[in-house]
Amino acid sequence: MSEKELGQKWDHCLADSAIKFGTGLGLGIVFSVVFFKRRTWPIVFGTGLGLGMAYSNCQNDLRSHYVLHSKVAKEQ
Amino acid sequence: MLRVCWKGAHAAARQCVCGKVKAHPLQHCRKYSTAGDSGSSAGKIVAASLLSVGGGLGGAILYAKWDPKFRANVEKSVPYSDQLFEMALGPPPPPLVLLQKKPGKIEPLQIFSLSEASKESKQPKDKAKKSDPAPVEAPAAVEEAPAPTAQTLEGEECKDHHEPELKERPAEEVTARLAQQDKAEQDALAALTAGLEESLGSTAKTTLQAIGAQEAALTAIAAHTNKLKEAMDSETPPDEKSSQWKALNEALSDRTRAMEEAEEALLKAKGELENLRGVINSAKQSKINTARPQILAAEENLHSMIVDLDKVVTKVQTAQTEAKIVSQYSELVNEAKAQFQQELANITPETQANWKGLSGKLSADDLTSLIAHAHRRIDQLNRELAEQRVREQIHIEVALEQQKLEDQKALERAVVSTLEHSREDMRLEQEKKAQEVREVMEAEMRTQLRRQAAAHTDHLRDVLKVQEQELREEAQEILNSKMMEQETHYRRLTQEQLDTFTLDMNAAYARLKGIEEAIDSHVIAEEEARKAHQLWLSVEALNYTLRSAGADFPTEPLEGAVGVIKENCAENEFAQALATAIPEESLSRGIYSEASLRARFYDIRRLARRVALIDETRNSLYQYFLSYLQSVLLFEREQVAPPAKLAPEDLDTFKLLAYANYSIERGDLELAAKFVNQLRGESQRVAQDWLKEARLTLETKQVISLLSAYANAVGLGTTQAP
Repeated sequence: MSEKELGQKWDHCLADSAIKFGTGLGLGIVFSVVFFKRRTWPIVFGTGLGLGMAYSNCQNDLRSHYVLHSKVAKEQ
Repeated sequence: MLRVCWKGAHAAARQCVCGKVKAHPLQHCRKYSTAGDSGSSAGKIVAASLLSVGGGLGGAILYAKWDPKFRANVEKSVPYSDQLFEMALGPPPPPLVLLQKKPGKIEPLQIFSLSEASKESKQPKDKAKKSDPAPVEAPAAVEEAPAPTAQTLEGEECKDHHEPELKERPAEEVTARLAQQDKAEQDALAALTAGLEESLGSTAKTTLQAIGAQEAALTAIAAHTNKLKEAMDSETPPDEKSSQWKALNEALSDRTRAMEEAEEALLKAKGELENLRGVINSAKQSKINTARPQILAAEENLHSMIVDLDKVVTKVQTAQTEAKIVSQYSELVNEAKAQFQQELANITPETQANWKGLSGKLSADDLTSLIAHAHRRIDQLNRELAEQRVREQIHIEVALEQQKLEDQKALERAVVSTLEHSREDMRLEQEKKAQEVREVMEAEMRTQLRRQAAAHTDHLRDVLKVQEQELREEAQEILNSKMMEQETHYRRLTQEQLDTFTLDMNAAYARLKGIEEAIDSHVIAEEEARKAHQLWLSVEALNYTLRSAGADFPTEPLEGAVGVIKENCAENEFAQALATAIPEESLSRGIYSEASLRARFYDIRRLARRVALIDETRNSLYQYFLSYLQSVLLFEREQVAPPAKLAPEDLDTFKLLAYANYSIERGDLELAAKFVNQLRGESQRVAQDWLKEARLTLETKQVISLLSAYANAVGLGTTQAP
């Protein structure tokens, strides 16, 4: 069903954003704790990174239909 | 909307009702309030009307009581008034006209019969009337002569013993009357003869008795006379004298008794003879001819009886005279004896009366005195004798004259009686002769009548023969003509029959042919019809399978049904084309129902609204957010009626969706699909599947409707109107 596609995409998107956010947060925490002496900027950075990646993924996913896919034709 | 309207209507209705209900009590109150004033006047009016009606009724009843005609009129005109009158006055008086007629009719018949009877039987009426009971006569007379005498009867209603008009009576009546007369005559005759015989018998008996008595008297007289003579003349010894005298006394008593008896018997006989005479006279007056010989015989008998009786009486009388003479003589003798005895007694006083005992006891003195007395007596007697001789002649003459007188008287009597007898004889002879002559005449008349009757019968026979001949000829002629007629008629009929038969046969043959053709065409048509029916049934089956769609899942694959259709219309190209035009998807997978598509549309709509701004150029996440915001903040009507023509500004997503919603709410899936098809961008992408499904359903439905229309058309074409 075409109408369910959007929904699925959004589900995917959210799931992905949640994961990335969590991962970013985690890595940030880790890096902050490990490398940067518990400064907040790596956590924020990591979370931002995660969110940004999620956003970008979401967007790409949602517009995938409109993006032209090209193929490199093999040379004969 | 409908419910709102309903509610509004109910409210309005309730209002109206309440309003009306409220209005009525006021009205009623108003009425009640005004009724009180006019109550008394209404009562007065009611009372007055009742009074007048009652007065009218009472007056009508009273007048009806007085005048029955009025009563009859009212009963006729007003229904149920007769019941009222009957209740009030009793049953109506009986109509006078009808009843009077009936007894009037019965009476004259009886009177007529009675008068008839009195007229006919001029015979011993008592016996005739009693023996012929009136009802026997009356019905016989009435039945046979009702018509001619009816008119006469009408006029005799009130008169008694009115002689009926002399009209010619029919033959049966005459014979009846004759028969009646004969019967009456015979009855009278029988009665007469019986009476005559009876009276004859009794008279004969009494006469015989009288005659016997008379003869007995005669013998008694004779005996007595003889005895007396003997007693006078004989010189019997004295002891026998007493017995003789006794016998004499007995004879005398016998004689007297016999005489008395004879007298009685004679009286009786005379009475009976008188009766007989009376009966004979009445019989003579009855004028029955047939009784004449009997009457004559009776008369003869009577006459002979009278004659005998007279003879005997004369005999008795002569005997009586003789006896008288003898008795006179005996008396004289007795007298003389007595005298002598007395003289003797005078002379010889001591001698007793019974001088028989004196025979041996007489003394000489007595004897001399007796002889002297006897001598004296002889002298006296001689003297008397001489005197007597002298006077003899005179005495004889006187006696002769006396005798003559007596003889004459006797002669006269005898003459008279013989004259009467002879007269009677002659009369009887005459009557006998008359009777004979009458009989002869009757016989002659009968023979003449017979001859006449014979002549008449001969004549009749001849006439009848001639008539018979004529009638026979006539009948033969008629018969022949009728036969001819019948024959021609019969021939005509048979010809007609033949013709009609041939016609019928031809007609039947033609009809048979027509029927055969019709049946053949029918067969063809029915075959067509059957096929069409099959097609229609299979289309219906297909239609039915469409209904098997559930809420979210499609119908059964339509393969089977379509296969059946294809089978059923193998030779029908149109149907085949149509059947093949059904999309493959519907055959293999089935189609969704309209309801499910409708339900799905709402999801589509929601989604399409949310991604309304997203298309190729705008598809970032921010745009998504904006689009979502727009969908939330944009208020619009959910359903908008689509215009007839679409303008370019109508191609907005929201508008399009509104139109589609409206259409789909109205059941127009096709229009909705059209609108949905106009969506662009992401909305389009979202609605893609739904549109596909809608298209599929629409296509299949169209084909099926075409098929069913075609099947209906074919069915209509093939079915024959009843």
